[in-house]
Amino acid sequence: VFCFPLKGPDHQTLLFNYGAVQNIAHLLVSTSYKVRMQALKCFSVLAFENPQVSMTLVNVSVDGELLPQIFVKMLQRDKPIEMQLTAAKCLTSMCRAGAIRTDDSCIVLKTLPCLVRMCSKEKLLEERVEGAETLAYLIETDVELQRIASITDHLIVMLADYFKYPSSVSAITDIKRLDHDLKHAHELRQAAFKLYASLGANDEDIRKKIIETENMMDRIVNGLSESSIKVRLAAVRCLHSLSRSVQQLRTSFQDHAVWKPLMKVLQNAPNEILVVASSTLCNLLLEFSPSKEPILESGAIELLCSLTQSENLALRVNGIWALMNMAFQAEQKIKSDILRGLSTEQLFQLLSDSDVNVLMKTLGLLRNLLSTRPHIDHIMSTHGKQIMQAVTLILEGEHNIEVKEQTLCILANIADGTTAKELIMTNDDILQKIKYYMSHSNAKLQLAAMFCISNLIWNEEEGSQERQDKLRDMGIVDILHKLSQSSDPNLCDK
Amino acid sequence: GWDKHSYGYHGDDGHSFCSSGTGQPYGPTFTTGDVIGCCVNLINNTCFYTKNGHSLGEKRRVFLFLPSQSNLYPTVGLQTPGEIVDANFGQQPFVFDIEDYMREWRAKIQSTIKRFPIGDRLGEWQAMLQNMVSSYLVHHGYCSTATAFARVTDTTIQEEQTSIKNRQRIQKLVLAGRVGEAIEATQQLYPGLLEHNPNLLFMLKCRQFVEMVNGTDSEVRCFSARSPRSQDSYPGSPSLSPRHGSSNSHVHSTGADSPTCSNGVMSTKSKQSHSKYPTLSSSSSSSSSSSPSSVNYSESNSTDSTKSQQHSSTSNQETSDSEMEMEAEHYPNGVLENSSTRIMNGTYKHEEILQTDESSMEDSCPQRQLCGGNHAATERMIQFGRELQMLSEQLCREYGKNTVHKKMLQDAFSLLAYSDPWNCPVGQQLDPIQREPVCAALNSAILESQNLPKQPPLMLALGQASECLRLMARVGLGSCSFARVDDYLH
Repeated sequence: VFCFPLKGPDHQTLLFNYGAVQNIAHLLVSTSYKVRMQALKCFSVLAFENPQVSMTLVNVSVDGELLPQIFVKMLQRDKPIEMQLTAAKCLTSMCRAGAIRTDDSCIVLKTLPCLVRMCSKEKLLEERVEGAETLAYLIETDVELQRIASITDHLIVMLADYFKYPSSVSAITDIKRLDHDLKHAHELRQAAFKLYASLGANDEDIRKKIIETENMMDRIVNGLSESSIKVRLAAVRCLHSLSRSVQQLRTSFQDHAVWKPLMKVLQNAPNEILVVASSTLCNLLLEFSPSKEPILESGAIELLCSLTQSENLALRVNGIWALMNMAFQAEQKIKSDILRGLSTEQLFQLLSDSDVNVLMKTLGLLRNLLSTRPHIDHIMSTHGKQIMQAVTLILEGEHNIEVKEQTLCILANIADGTTAKELIMTNDDILQKIKYYMSHSNAKLQLAAMFCISNLIWNEEEGSQERQDKLRDMGIVDILHKLSQSSDPNLCDK
Repeated sequence: GWDKHSYGYHGDDGHSFCSSGTGQPYGPTFTTGDVIGCCVNLINNTCFYTKNGHSLGEKRRVFLFLPSQSNLYPTVGLQTPGEIVDANFGQQPFVFDIEDYMREWRAKIQSTIKRFPIGDRLGEWQAMLQNMVSSYLVHHGYCSTATAFARVTDTTIQEEQTSIKNRQRIQKLVLAGRVGEAIEATQQLYPGLLEHNPNLLFMLKCRQFVEMVNGTDSEVRCFSARSPRSQDSYPGSPSLSPRHGSSNSHVHSTGADSPTCSNGVMSTKSKQSHSKYPTLSSSSSSSSSSSPSSVNYSESNSTDSTKSQQHSSTSNQETSDSEMEMEAEHYPNGVLENSSTRIMNGTYKHEEILQTDESSMEDSCPQRQLCGGNHAATERMIQFGRELQMLSEQLCREYGKNTVHKKMLQDAFSLLAYSDPWNCPVGQQLDPIQREPVCAALNSAILESQNLPKQPPLMLALGQASECLRLMARVGLGSCSFARVDDYLH
């Protein structure tokens, strides 16, 4: 019987193309357990992260029985654990590849419960690790599966045991096993983090349950500082899932100062960790996060600015997004720091980024920076020229509606500034552009443009009369009249 | 769940309540459309609930008293008027995969049984197993197998070979339905045994009666090309065994040595039960002439011998057969195995002589007939029945009323009420398998009389195991539901 290590999609396709599938499938019903097991292992490797193979496997049959059914039979509780686990892996791969629906009973009522059972205390270390990892993979993208897993057999509590291993009540009777397990205990922790991350990815109630599990935050903090990189990454993932909860950000996260170890993780971390960690940081920096202040003190701005220069798109997005969050309703000092850290060159670089997400977030940053009058004036006084240049660039360039809208909003903010106004009023080119957008076909853009005008002519402010006159001269008033008869109620009101 | 000795899972808050007003968080809430299940495990005394097929987690140490020792009643509580509940106790398939759960526990139990530690006494264990096998073989009279086994395992058999073989012969006779011969052999080899066991004797005679009724079909068939069906429908040989008996004496007279002379046997027999009977024949296989004419006992010997001689002369083959048969019976030495067939043949031939009725030789007729349709045989059978009745009355007088005997007798006689006894309500008596308990009882009695164990340890062990399981079930220990003695028998 064969026994070969298949690694990677290349080998998978190679074997696949040789029509090996049907032959191996027949071995699944061999009378010899060893043969059945080898065939099963082979399928598990073949199907892993390979949609093409998975889709084919779903239709293969042996003696009139489809492969998924054969695998399901191998999940039965009186089969050896090895067989149950490997069969579960096969079905998981096929499900993730889309070959089996996530609401299929063979997944929901067979595979999932089987994997949950693998996490039980009575199982061997490697069984628990593999069970948790496979389950994490299975439910990663489906909220319904996450919900079902979270209520099955008290999984969330069961996983907490992974951090207590080996405990005094472990059923270890020989030294060799004890020695082995001590060496590999970190595998348990990383598997638990992974599964928690999957469980808490989407549902607020589940997140709550996870965080309320004994010592969870402490464990995560510890995990972020562990020597094993695997554990660190898994802990970050777990933290990331949990950070999607507004409530947790305000409470547990603050209580436990997770930002410190997180910031440490971000230093010199490989990209894989950086992406998730920066994403987490993003969440932590949201306005209502009490963590914001301390984070800034630990050099977050420099870090984030450097991220925006990364070749990795995800990192760029996360970096600029985090800066944007940071700037929201922030103090003047922070805003200045950001601008200083970012430098105008970088800003322009970002504004001409090929990815629209980066662009949008940069614009968002600008918008956040340019809020509250004193800030606007201050910033425009120092960076006004560059900013106006940037705005002009965008409005002239080819961009989608959202981008232009954002830009116009920035203009509107500028128009709100006391001294900043002048930068617009003295810029005929910009004024013409605003006028143009007031008559644009897209209502959003019209609205945004009118915001600008509205701010410019605001009666309560000094010099408003002059501005109004100028605008009237430009013919703005006529357009306004026209718009007041428009069918769109928003425009009308405006 | 609020009341004492009640346990519940509440849909409004998802809490579990165990005989208390305060609940513990357990699972999700549930509402209309959800399928909620409850599983009580009597093996480890846990329970868990399920929602839409998903197990919500086992709860241990929940019960105040072991559920196995008290009655639990499934209950559902409803709060809103108009609520409807559908209860399923298995008439529909369960949403939760309970079969799989049971598989797990079955495997666990069987693993426990398989892996039960023997401990340090490994050497003793081996010897004990060998003893189990050996004693079993000996008990059931598998003489040559037992000897071979003893040789291979280098162990010894306590009982003497001849003794084993004797028992084997007797057992085979009973299992062949030739109870009369078996009784005779018993009296011959173990004099006094049956006298001291009136109940046993009574049971044997009842069985003999039934075998008589079983008839002469096979007897008929022996004349066709077909081989006799089986040993079951054996001709009422006992009644016709005057051949036997007479042959016995015949051989006797020729000077063959026999350990216990049939004469002696006969006399014992007559002493025991037949002294009261005006009719001649003892119902036993020993002396009795087939003819109903009363013959003085003392004469019967000679009469029989005469008869036998007569008969033997009419058919040489027969004599030689009978001789062979006798030899086989009285010289037990491995010939026994073959002799059984020969015995059968021989006796068949005997019956043939008796039959005057040709019609009963029809073997094409599928229906069995009482006593093979042979008139004389039937008469003999009826006479035997009367003797049996009187035996019962005698025992009643001596030992008091015995309902078991009464029933045995009643059942046996009932067979006569039907034209087709094999298919009547009490017809299962005629099933050869019914010979087995009789055989076992006789065998055990013989062993006991020889101061040998009347049950082999293997049977005791099996019995103990079965009884243990029954006891467990009564007391409510759940693991017995996944353990069956049959699983380990071939």
